[in-house]
Amino acid sequence: MAWETVIGIETHVQLSTKTKLFSRASTEFGKSPNTNVNLIDCGLPGVLPSVNKEAFYKAIRFGLAVGAKINQTSIFDRKNYFYADLPKGYQITQMDLPIVLGGTIDIETDKGIKTINITRAHLEEDAGKSIHDQFDGYSAIDLNRAGTPLLEIVSEPEISNAKEAVAYMKAMHQLVTYLDVSDGNMSQGSLRCDANVSVRKEGDPELGTRTEIKNINSFRFVEKAINFEVKRQIKQLENGETVTQETRLYDSVKDETRPMRSKEFANDYRYFPEPDLLPVVISDKEMQDIKDSFPELAKEKEKRFAKDFGLSEYDAQILASSKIMADFFERSAKETKNYALLANWLIGEISAFLNKDAIEINQSKLTPSNLAMLINRIDDQTISGKIGKSIFEEMYESGSSPDKIIESQGLEQISDDGAIEAIISTIIQDNPSQVEAYLGGKEKLFGFFVGQVMKITEGKANPQSVNTILKEKLK
Amino acid sequence: MSIQFKTIRELREMLDEKAISSEELTNETHKLAEDLKYLNCFVTMNKDASIEKSKLIDQADNNKSVLSGIPLAQKDLFCTEGLRTTCSSKILSNFIPPYTATAVLKLESAGSITIGKTNMDEFAMGSSNETSYFGNVHNPWKKGYVPGGSSGGSAAAVAAGIVPAATGTDTGGSIRQPAAHCGITGIKPTYGRVSRWGMIAFASSLDQAGPLARSAEDCAILLNEMSGYDSKDTTSLDIESTDLLHTINQPIKGLKIGIVKEFSLGDLDSEVQNRFEDSKKLYETLGAEFVEISLPNISASVPTYYSIAPAECSSNLSRFDGVRFGYRADNTGDLNDLYIKSRSEGFGDEVKRRILIGTYALSAGYYDAYYKKAQQVRRLIKNDFELAFETIDLIMTPTSPGTAFAFGSKGAQNPIELYLEDLFTISSNLAGLPAISIPHGKVNSMPAGLQLIGNFLREDQILNAAHIFQQNSAFHFDKPSMEEF
Repeated sequence: MAWETVIGIETHVQLSTKTKLFSRASTEFGKSPNTNVNLIDCGLPGVLPSVNKEAFYKAIRFGLAVGAKINQTSIFDRKNYFYADLPKGYQITQMDLPIVLGGTIDIETDKGIKTINITRAHLEEDAGKSIHDQFDGYSAIDLNRAGTPLLEIVSEPEISNAKEAVAYMKAMHQLVTYLDVSDGNMSQGSLRCDANVSVRKEGDPELGTRTEIKNINSFRFVEKAINFEVKRQIKQLENGETVTQETRLYDSVKDETRPMRSKEFANDYRYFPEPDLLPVVISDKEMQDIKDSFPELAKEKEKRFAKDFGLSEYDAQILASSKIMADFFERSAKETKNYALLANWLIGEISAFLNKDAIEINQSKLTPSNLAMLINRIDDQTISGKIGKSIFEEMYESGSSPDKIIESQGLEQISDDGAIEAIISTIIQDNPSQVEAYLGGKEKLFGFFVGQVMKITEGKANPQSVNTILKEKLK
Repeated sequence: MSIQFKTIRELREMLDEKAISSEELTNETHKLAEDLKYLNCFVTMNKDASIEKSKLIDQADNNKSVLSGIPLAQKDLFCTEGLRTTCSSKILSNFIPPYTATAVLKLESAGSITIGKTNMDEFAMGSSNETSYFGNVHNPWKKGYVPGGSSGGSAAAVAAGIVPAATGTDTGGSIRQPAAHCGITGIKPTYGRVSRWGMIAFASSLDQAGPLARSAEDCAILLNEMSGYDSKDTTSLDIESTDLLHTINQPIKGLKIGIVKEFSLGDLDSEVQNRFEDSKKLYETLGAEFVEISLPNISASVPTYYSIAPAECSSNLSRFDGVRFGYRADNTGDLNDLYIKSRSEGFGDEVKRRILIGTYALSAGYYDAYYKKAQQVRRLIKNDFELAFETIDLIMTPTSPGTAFAFGSKGAQNPIELYLEDLFTISSNLAGLPAISIPHGKVNSMPAGLQLIGNFLREDQILNAAHIFQQNSAFHFDKPSMEEF
């Protein structure tokens, strides 16, 4: 029996506005608990929300990028439920008239490009955080995140497997970072998703019963959680059982999904229009301003990199696939001329280091200036490419500049021909039998002499000069 | 010199002529409040801070605005920084806000002095002030009788002459009905004229703050200060401010007053009808014309209101959960237990009743039948008013179907009985229109109120009509003796 998987994804994108959706408190991540909180965020009696238009502009930018219809008049609704980190006892969200309707996102699959339809995207406020493991016998509440603007993007159930789901999330990540609507930082929760998963017999027109896996916050977990869930559902159905419609959590340690306490989520949310806010109206001028200041997207950047920097199509595509990497490249490229070498380093050596630590380049200690300086030192032959690698390691570890490392460790390449000539003369004197053998036709011994020079100079001798002078001396 | 029963105008003169200092006035007001404590008008007094402020006012001697040094009372639903704000509920009985409501802040910035916070129906839910956690308020006109509600403490404090004016809020009649029952003047402004920032919400789309005072003129003085756009309340109206004192005392010859056909006044107490006819005659002698108008959907006002208001309240009151502020029950188990115990112990019966009604009205499967339907009917009622105001300037009704009643005599068995108290007042909240209640004589020795409903933002017209009425009558000068207390 062949089974078919149907997946729909709700993506929660934390918008990178300076202040919250309904208050002027900062949204900065990582502050001490309950410091980014004002009267509105803690839901004091008598306070009222007022809308941060910047969140709307970002949501609209997203909508335009996916070719959606923008509701220039949209309204907020209340979603009522009790939870300790939900200060007002309701979440302000958009129900009937969301800001973004429809649109599409293209994803890359094994079979080529696949277009996923977007149902809608709406603005809502995030909740705070409950902390259950830090105070014995108590739970603690941190409201720093409460009120942070979220764009919830709902896809149609058109995703067919875990790999496509990952591709969808990657495309989403690229889009929201390129649009500068979010920092896309998944480990900090700026981009997370709920996956609605169901299976059915191939060709069955009816959808199977779905489960919703909540709050998945990495590409890897998206894949693993869905794969687990699909297997679990198929096994249940094949055993003649039925799938229960429920909300499940993915446990990355045990690599399994399990039901969330259903009591907590068996809610009737009692949606109704938020009476504290008037409908939000976006003027034609505001729309035009958003269109006029539309940022460059990945495809355009790729073309421009190839054209302006003379990069190969392959290099341009890889660099442009990540906004963070592309930005780093461009900033470095302002301070060096050897664009190809710069691209090589970013795609090769540097990416390997970043992947190993699972971080983005802007989370590392590297700076665009330092990298440009390293490229320049290799380019002007102050150091060799090989020495460059060890200098890079040091830069990556300590964040110091290549010039400082070169100076403090005396790594500057020896390009002074006189000095190299003197060293070579000594080597020829000290190794008469090798010289004789070389001159007798054992040309492979040339490498021995190069090795000796490098040994004495600790690898700092300019290899080209060594070659030229050695050949001259060994005639 | 007694300051009791003085209007703002009179106190202003006394202050300007240095017949009394602001400090003396403040002290006298506190003494009066203490002497009349049995009325139970106040939940919390602001004694030290108010006297402190009065001294500063006395020192700063120049350029005094009309409210400078004038003592006022604030309904205990406005947040006041550092001064306990309870909404007359156990659940907020320990709540000291860190900020002040815009309406109060504006009055205080104009130099007025907050004497204390007045008693009210719990969370403004009630028409008799009997739902307060802090006990009943006596109507100064008769011991053991309600002052009306929900702004009962404010109305009684003004009627008893403790303060010349007080703030109130009106969601379905909570300023006008107690003003009527206590024989004073009270105005509910157009929805959005006064900022709701810092007003503890009952029903957001209906709540509006306004003044209660001894005259329409004093109401205009307070409303002038309280009004204005506030960026903290996006539902407040961004309109040019007008001086409402400037537009009162205009002749009303030719003023067209609508009488609502559908309010079958014939069913009311004959004395209530007589007062209404008397007032009609007075207006006619002053040159006004009466026109019968039809508001075809008006009979749906009470059920519409009691679908929308509880729905919004059920959501607005969710924040009182014992987690961040207010009352938290002892000996709770898990989070749900904390919610259930804190809210069960913290809210009174009427509040619980409305939370339940509202939760039901919003629940899946009932939303369309109740809340949504009610909003559609609300639109129809609004349209009725719009149409009517094409041919008339204002609408006149009794404020309330009857007068103040004895404690416990209404609503104990059947809450609907009390809900009908709002029959004439509720529709202007649904339509967002301004309305004023002025005293127009007695019914069985208790004060009766006359309501004037104005067109959108036409506070000037109803204040003017009320002022002209008061220039040509003496009902608003009546004072309770309070001898029986």
